[in-house]
Amino acid sequence: MTTILDPTSGRKVVERERLARPASLVGLTVGLLDISKPRGDVFLDRIEQRLTGIGANVKRYIKPTFAKLAPVDLRHQIATECQVVIEALAD
Amino acid sequence: MTASTAPLLPDGIVVVVKRECETCQMVVPVLRELSEAIELHVYTQDDPDFPDAPAAVSDSDLAVSWFHNIETVPTVIRVANGVETNRTAGWMRSAWEELTGVEDLGADLPPMRPGCGSMSVDPDLVDGLRARFGGSTLSSRRIEVAAAEDEFEMMFARGWTDGLPVVPPTDARVMAMLEGTGRAPSDIVTVVPPNLDEITVEKVAIAAVMAGCKPEYLPWVLTAVEAACNDEFNMHGVLATTMPVSPVIVCSGPGTRAIGMNSGGNALGQGNRANLTIGRALQLVVRNFGGGRPGEVDRATHGHPGKVSFCFAEADDTSPYGSLAVEHGIEPEVDALTVFAGEGPQGFVDQLSREPESLASSMAARLQAIQHPKLVMMFDAIVVMGPEHARVFAAAGWDRNRILTEVNSHLNRPGTDLVRGAHGITEGVPEAFGEAESLPKFRPGGLMLAYAGGGAGLFSQIIAGWVNGDKGSKPVTRAVQY
Repeated sequence: MTTILDPTSGRKVVERERLARPASLVGLTVGLLDISKPRGDVFLDRIEQRLTGIGANVKRYIKPTFAKLAPVDLRHQIATECQVVIEALAD
Repeated sequence: MTASTAPLLPDGIVVVVKRECETCQMVVPVLRELSEAIELHVYTQDDPDFPDAPAAVSDSDLAVSWFHNIETVPTVIRVANGVETNRTAGWMRSAWEELTGVEDLGADLPPMRPGCGSMSVDPDLVDGLRARFGGSTLSSRRIEVAAAEDEFEMMFARGWTDGLPVVPPTDARVMAMLEGTGRAPSDIVTVVPPNLDEITVEKVAIAAVMAGCKPEYLPWVLTAVEAACNDEFNMHGVLATTMPVSPVIVCSGPGTRAIGMNSGGNALGQGNRANLTIGRALQLVVRNFGGGRPGEVDRATHGHPGKVSFCFAEADDTSPYGSLAVEHGIEPEVDALTVFAGEGPQGFVDQLSREPESLASSMAARLQAIQHPKLVMMFDAIVVMGPEHARVFAAAGWDRNRILTEVNSHLNRPGTDLVRGAHGITEGVPEAFGEAESLPKFRPGGLMLAYAGGGAGLFSQIIAGWVNGDKGSKPVTRAVQY
């Protein structure tokens, strides 16, 4: 019998339960995160129009670069200011 | 018998022998003389029937030899109250007589003859013995592979491979790998994306074993992992991008030759163990320890074959313009590597330019096209110049700076040429740059030179980069830490 060593980090992933899906967006604050990909703003401009049209409040955020993780301060800001977030992931 | 602690030696005289050793065979009559005169205990490493008289105790698992540091057979040890008080190795009549207190030993034998290597220091056996007896200092979880299970298939099934078989990282292999560095297995090397756990030297050694590295490659692998996994190189972004990029490792210094890396013909290709496995080990670290796998965090649209491994050495000992590492501030003759977020190599053919001006202009024309002719300053590139191209510049006395300056001088184009929509092509630089009089293809320092390749062929290779600078990835150069 061969015994080998585990090449992984052996990390135990903490699973977090998702928030319940809101029945309506009326009156909720929706964050729109632009990851700085070309034309992501075009997509999010249209989404903002649609959301405000149905009574949601919209806040816009931008990652400094699509190539790196969103800074922790930005993530914290979005989490404290919004109930819902939409990310424009790619062009 | 498998001992985990040192077996006690019996009081009296202990002799360790093996049949394969001619000196051991020669001293068998002496052993008989001793067995009649004193309390003698013979341990034999290979053949339990050797010698037939006096009878020997088998040390077939080499526990006695390992724990009592037998380096040569025969070795004679005096033991009193369970403690060694003296020893001699090989055959030397005077030493044996003094140690045993028996006179006139081996009267027919020459006065001395050197012994043979003990099986417990046999290079083919020592790694296994170290794992079995050495008191493993490794802390990784052990995974048992069932007797009926194929360990290679098991590792495929667990998703631990890059699509090619990997070497099973057993205790013995990982401990042997760790002999390649002076660093402790528990030392933290860096934090590996995307899961961002701290990786130890031990875990890097496991990846190096799996990749097929030899222990002497480990310092290069450790340095590559440390160079790639930081905010400057941005391994997370390089992994996650849809573009076909991965860490390209450019090595230089006398150590590349000491470990047999290839900087000559086919340097970027197959066939050299060090080139291939060092690059592969970094990828396996990111895959298995970092958790970065294709289709998950790795979102590459196409990828490229170098994502299995892309590592080569520069011929810095014959380079007319030094090495990339020196360009980045490392002292000459220091072992170093640069990690660069690059695509697969793209050819540059110019078989007619014999004047440096022509070759520089020609090379620039080729470089303008990387990623897109109308996209500028966003992407760096390394030109891996072959000796026949480099010779054209060297013969004219152009050094590295001169080559780069001249090539870059042909890479400035007006904004009107590059702006979105120009030439009927929607892709291009944003409208804000349309008025610019001149836009360079490369940011300062964005065009780099390396030197490698075979002696024949008026070719160079271009390794195009990913999003550069603070917004993407910067090339990172590090001296190798041994």
